Amino acid sequence: MRSQDDSEYLAGRVSEACARGEPLRIQGGGSKTFYSGSGEGGALSTLAHTGIVHYEPTELVLTARSGTPLAAIEAALAMSGQLLGFEPPHFGPGATWGGTVACGLSGPRRPWAGSVRDAVLGCRMVDGRGEVLRFGGEVMKNVAGFDVSRLMAGALGTLGLLLEISVKVLPRPECETTLCFECPSAEGRERMIRWGGSGLPVTGMAWDGRLYLRLAGPEQAVSAAARRVGGDRAVEADTFWNGLREQTREFFSGKGDLWRLSVPPAADIGGLSGEWLIDWGGAQRWLRTDAGRNEVFAAAQAVGGHARLFRSANPAAMRCAALAPALAALHRRVKAAFDPAGMLNRGLCPEAS
Amino acid sequence: MDRTAFLRELKRVLPAEAVLSDPEDLRPFECDALSAYTVLPWIAVLPETVEQVQTVLRLCHSQGVPVVARGAGTGLSGGALPVAEGVLLSLAKFNRILAVDPANRMARVQPGVRNLAISEAAAPFGLYYAPDPSSQVACTIGGNVAENSGGVHCLKYGLTVHNVLQVTLLTIEGELLTLGSLGLDGPGYDLLALINGSEGLLGVIVEVVVKLLPVPETARTLLAAFGSIEAAGDAVAGVIGAGLLPAGLEMMDSLTLRATEAFVHAGYPVEAAAVVLCEMDGMAEQVEAEIARARRVLESHGAAEVRESRDEAERRKFWAGRKAAFPAVGRIAADYYCIDGTIPRKRLAEVLGRIGELSEQFGLAVGNVFHAGDGNLHPLILYDASHPGELERAEALGEEILTLCVEVGGTVTGEHGVGIEKLNPMCVQFGAPELRQFHTLKAAFDAGGLLNPGKAVPTLARCAEFGRVHVHGGRLRHPELERF
Repeated sequence: MRSQDDSEYLAGRVSEACARGEPLRIQGGGSKTFYSGSGEGGALSTLAHTGIVHYEPTELVLTARSGTPLAAIEAALAMSGQLLGFEPPHFGPGATWGGTVACGLSGPRRPWAGSVRDAVLGCRMVDGRGEVLRFGGEVMKNVAGFDVSRLMAGALGTLGLLLEISVKVLPRPECETTLCFECPSAEGRERMIRWGGSGLPVTGMAWDGRLYLRLAGPEQAVSAAARRVGGDRAVEADTFWNGLREQTREFFSGKGDLWRLSVPPAADIGGLSGEWLIDWGGAQRWLRTDAGRNEVFAAAQAVGGHARLFRSANPAAMRCAALAPALAALHRRVKAAFDPAGMLNRGLCPEAS
Repeated sequence: MDRTAFLRELKRVLPAEAVLSDPEDLRPFECDALSAYTVLPWIAVLPETVEQVQTVLRLCHSQGVPVVARGAGTGLSGGALPVAEGVLLSLAKFNRILAVDPANRMARVQPGVRNLAISEAAAPFGLYYAPDPSSQVACTIGGNVAENSGGVHCLKYGLTVHNVLQVTLLTIEGELLTLGSLGLDGPGYDLLALINGSEGLLGVIVEVVVKLLPVPETARTLLAAFGSIEAAGDAVAGVIGAGLLPAGLEMMDSLTLRATEAFVHAGYPVEAAAVVLCEMDGMAEQVEAEIARARRVLESHGAAEVRESRDEAERRKFWAGRKAAFPAVGRIAADYYCIDGTIPRKRLAEVLGRIGELSEQFGLAVGNVFHAGDGNLHPLILYDASHPGELERAEALGEEILTLCVEVGGTVTGEHGVGIEKLNPMCVQFGAPELRQFHTLKAAFDAGGLLNPGKAVPTLARCAEFGRVHVHGGRLRHPELERF
């Protein structure tokens, strides 16, 4: 893998842009632009800023530069029998490490192994003034100062350009198996709630017309758990979970807007009709619907969650419900604390605009 | 506004019994669990409703009066130390568990609820709250969020930040904000992550929704004795390197081992240089397989003896000494000073060796008991406060140890927080640009700097002062700053 430290150039470009008052849009591999939006201003690519800076399997910690291909990081971890607990989606071959953290998207394993932000331990970044800052570190427990590095996860590069990110990694389970069950949605949800509270070694629970349960751990434990729950062994289980994570399954190629609802796992959103796919044991629900956006926002909020328009043919469509005024004002102040002149990825976080 | 006028205003908006102002009533609030520092607050208030807290904050904001929020006060870094001309805002009356929702595996609680009380309330549903700071019988969840508290289970189950879904807090202006959601993430910036560990500088927490986990079907513990600290440290790395993720992976050195054995009679091998406790939990089959693997790793790293808990009583016995380590050491010294730093695991043996040298250099014994799995050290510096200068020597030794933690790639606080105690070590870990950013961020929440002032983040002037007397490797810290 190519390794090059481009920190000085990247910080210099932000500094220059700040002096000239010309905004910058940070560009990685472009695999998630459909999700983040493309922002305003001149492009600043992180693709030359690559390499795993530090990886110590016995510490369960990996630090890599933001332009490093996600696939290269996953390959390095696999060589040592480890993985990223949050099982991030790539959404294309160009996925980079920086984009993965900036978008903050996690795959099917998320409810049991934590999210991107849960894994983040530290970062080096360039703020909107062009200053290089380091927060957090490479140890599991660190409560010194505000936890700025976790704040960067999902901030879409609007608070700073990520240079390096350190994360906690996990051992790859010795054995993994997926069971599937023919059952309607209501029964699928009921089983997910029951298994979620049972202590089974679960690493995935999803329903797309059939219910899928992924178990992982020592071989004896996986076999014993499989005997307890029954069901059929899924053929091509990897294809199923990869297709779910990368949204290559048929459900995701349907026409119209795709919504993501983040809700309590047992929540009943009965009033909202459409085509559903359930992931994260019920906590993440994908929806294709003709319902109006306000109806979708309201349905998610009514159960204590939130909805986001995930993929839309209309790039100008409003993606999220407006935040409460006091919270929106706080978002703007937080954005200004890192990027007072609004140089970085202008417009990508509408909550802070 | 002077104190009398402010007091009159407070009594107008709060019930009489909720406002304390006599010195003898204020005395119990003069310190938290770090009793070396005491400050009598101006006034203490004990509101009962969110509206009352809101009223107090609005009043303080309008009058420019500082506010320090306090839960059970079990913090060990002076994070809840009052300020002399400020209000001490006790949240002790916010002690209700509002709801346990077993289907969604969450509990909605007030900030003054004790950590252990959440697990007790969830137990009938086969659920529990995972983060378990040693003070869990007394410490409150609001304080846990403010400090991002840890505990034995953190390696496998994460810190507080990983186990909180939603926080409702009041800003200094009295605005009610909800961060996070009842789903697994919230919209906008992840301000929930930022609130965890913010040491009461950004808002006053009035409600918390925590994640609950299924109680593991079974748990078993290995107790391994080693002839050297180095071998024990290598064994810890070996367990992790073998792909195991223990529910607890703890270590004690010989001084701590002997003190705890004399205290709890757990049957520890007192002749060992170090003992490693390694616990696995989960389904019975999983635990059996993982315990067998962990035993092989510990033995292959030179364990002189490996015992396995045969039942729940024996498992508890293995842990009894570890859990009682602090009071046990307290019995063999007049006083002790507990340090809290984290290091990369692979530097364990080297750091413990260096702590031994510093111990000799300062003439003070140090006992080591720590969360080896996540590299969180708790060196206990033994001293006698009745000997003039010994407390100061203990503090100086503590700062040296924390500087060492930073030098090897670690941090000055793993779980206790910075408070007022570690302001100087923060100057070692962070440079001026980062500290400036912390202050800017604080101002985004609290422009007037009224919430818990003087804690957690040192001023640049303080670091310049500190740097003048601590020049490392011939390099002056913060050369851009004017010297004082």
